[in-house]
Amino acid sequence: MKSFKNFLLKISESLKNTFSKKPKISLGENTKSSLYAILAGLIFGFILMLIFVPQDAFHGLWIIFTGAFQDGNESMGNVLLFAAPIIVTGLSVGFAFKTGLFNIGATGQLTVGSFVAIYIGVRWGFLPGHLHWIVAVLGAILAGAIWGFIPGLLKALFNVHEVVATIMLNYIAMYLVNWGVMSTVFDGLSKSKSVLESAIIPKMGLQWLFPDSSVTGGFFLAVIAVIIIYIVLEKTTFGYQLKAVGHNKEAARYAGINEKKAIISSMTIAGALSGLAGAIVYLTGSGAHLVVQNLLLSEGFDGIAVALLGLSHPIGVLLSGLFLGYIKNSGFYLQRLAFDTEVIKIIISTIIYFSALSMLFKKGFKNPFKKNKKTGGEK
Amino acid sequence: MSFLDTLYSIINMSLLVAIPLMIVALAGMFSERSGVVNIALEGIMTFGAFFAIFFMSLIYKSSGLNGQSLFFIGIFIAIIIGMLFSLLHAYASVNMSANQIISATALNMFAPAFAIFLAKAITGYSKIQFPNNSFFIRSIPILSDIPVLGPILFSNTFITIYIGIAILIVSYITIYKTRFGLRLRSCGEYPQAADAAGINVKKIRYLGVVISGALGGLGGLFYIVPITGIYDATFSANGYGFLALAVLISGQWKPFRILLFSLLFGFFSKISNMTSMIPFLSNMNIPGEILSIIPYIVTIIVLIFTSKNSQGPKAAGEPYDAGKR
Repeated sequence: MKSFKNFLLKISESLKNTFSKKPKISLGENTKSSLYAILAGLIFGFILMLIFVPQDAFHGLWIIFTGAFQDGNESMGNVLLFAAPIIVTGLSVGFAFKTGLFNIGATGQLTVGSFVAIYIGVRWGFLPGHLHWIVAVLGAILAGAIWGFIPGLLKALFNVHEVVATIMLNYIAMYLVNWGVMSTVFDGLSKSKSVLESAIIPKMGLQWLFPDSSVTGGFFLAVIAVIIIYIVLEKTTFGYQLKAVGHNKEAARYAGINEKKAIISSMTIAGALSGLAGAIVYLTGSGAHLVVQNLLLSEGFDGIAVALLGLSHPIGVLLSGLFLGYIKNSGFYLQRLAFDTEVIKIIISTIIYFSALSMLFKKGFKNPFKKNKKTGGEK
Repeated sequence: MSFLDTLYSIINMSLLVAIPLMIVALAGMFSERSGVVNIALEGIMTFGAFFAIFFMSLIYKSSGLNGQSLFFIGIFIAIIIGMLFSLLHAYASVNMSANQIISATALNMFAPAFAIFLAKAITGYSKIQFPNNSFFIRSIPILSDIPVLGPILFSNTFITIYIGIAILIVSYITIYKTRFGLRLRSCGEYPQAADAAGINVKKIRYLGVVISGALGGLGGLFYIVPITGIYDATFSANGYGFLALAVLISGQWKPFRILLFSLLFGFFSKISNMTSMIPFLSNMNIPGEILSIIPYIVTIIVLIFTSKNSQGPKAAGEPYDAGKR
């Protein structure tokens, strides 16, 4: 009996230790501010609906909350379908944040990744069996990595601000991919051809849970990415170096960390993640096609929201990605009420704005994305 | 078309893009010189253009008013809306010490979504028609007869050009020759010192951001009006808010250098529309998409050369912390 009591004591102590050692995981107050931001976004969206379409406002709000259950297993599967790519772009943005970089170029990296995935998916039917989709995914990752490497290099060598460089690369990607689609995999009307059956990411068991949904194993790829990034950031020297550069460039340099290498590798990995997201979006059988239009793809920008709400922590990103996937799926059902998906975009941008205002919710809250100046006052 | 006519119309077209670009870059200058990075310009442009066009189309439909008087009403609305919208950014970055890039990104996402939502809720469409051709100035008597300057500045143009030039001059004087300009610059360089000298840093930064909002909204309207008579909010400002930021950085936060680089970018961004006029380009048969990426690539190249010794305001992007005095 006594030994059992000791055992329990030991466990509780070790639990206490693990949590006090890593204040970033015991999210506590920070999680609260994310939740408040979400609440503020939903309230704002609801007020807008009340003003402009009062007769449908309550029904609209109801759909936002219950979207996943509108069509049984299909809509539940679709939550995962929507969540998978934005979890990965959120991971991409969050990973760059850890090194003090703002990867607003996730959308461009996703665009080039999508194109390469579709190109391989349509044209490389000679690849046998499972190799086809695997090569398509790897191609997308590589393309995204190159698109992330460029701004990393520009930042490290020429001090070009990554925000401006990645924005320019977003537009370059958009036009290049439009041209690429039209000259290689065009369906003759407005969009890319459908990828071959063998290039679609297998469902990996999800067909038993959600038989009517077109959700693919892309969700598992997203979860694997979350695990890998978690290990890299929390358990490796490399991840520690990246975070050190993000916290204080000068101190990191003084400690012998190659700051330029860290910037370049951080952006490259962020790019690779966004490229993977592109593959996850377009290697599905649900009629996802790259449409030729002068419009940046929204998944990249959703990634910013996901990273912010998830406080750039891989597990947080996974959860907030699921949440955003949930309300994006609801946005699909909102269209039945003659609402447009714009309501969801408005809610998401309001959430981002309020998470930037996190000071509002908790005085003295330390913004994890700001360059660290003072560390006193927080325990 | 003679060679000279071609040249004049190329300059004309470039100017119609370069001037709004310059106005928006100047908008960014006012904000960054006060110490607040404003990448919300894209969203502010969208909002300014959308609301101005929205109201102009309403007024046109109800009263039939058109021509320059309608345009002036639009200009007024664009300025007011730009100021109001930028207040959100000012509040986040000045009062709340928020991360300025994140708050601005939120505004950039919000603006087109809200504009489309509003347009659809009220009119049922996301596209708005307005009588932009009645704003067109074919030629100004006497002035258009001046050689060289006449065809470039005083014919086949919009009033946007003259307002833009006036804004440039006023901005230069404000920044370098007035007490307010000095205070603005000091808040962007070393706000703690400015505070110690008795300057209200918060107030100056608010003013900087709001001026930037006014010019940003105006620039958005000026960018759309010469291009099309049907505005579709889906395309926001086509990335020109971001291009203007690049112009600002390349121009090293100085008004006349900003003019220079916006002329350069104006020319390159219109090159895809002008291939038919330039024989050697149309012979090469370059796809339009490739020509469209030229301004962005030029931006990156210019940034490579100018970023190393960047002389941006030192405190831009940092929330003011009086405790660090």
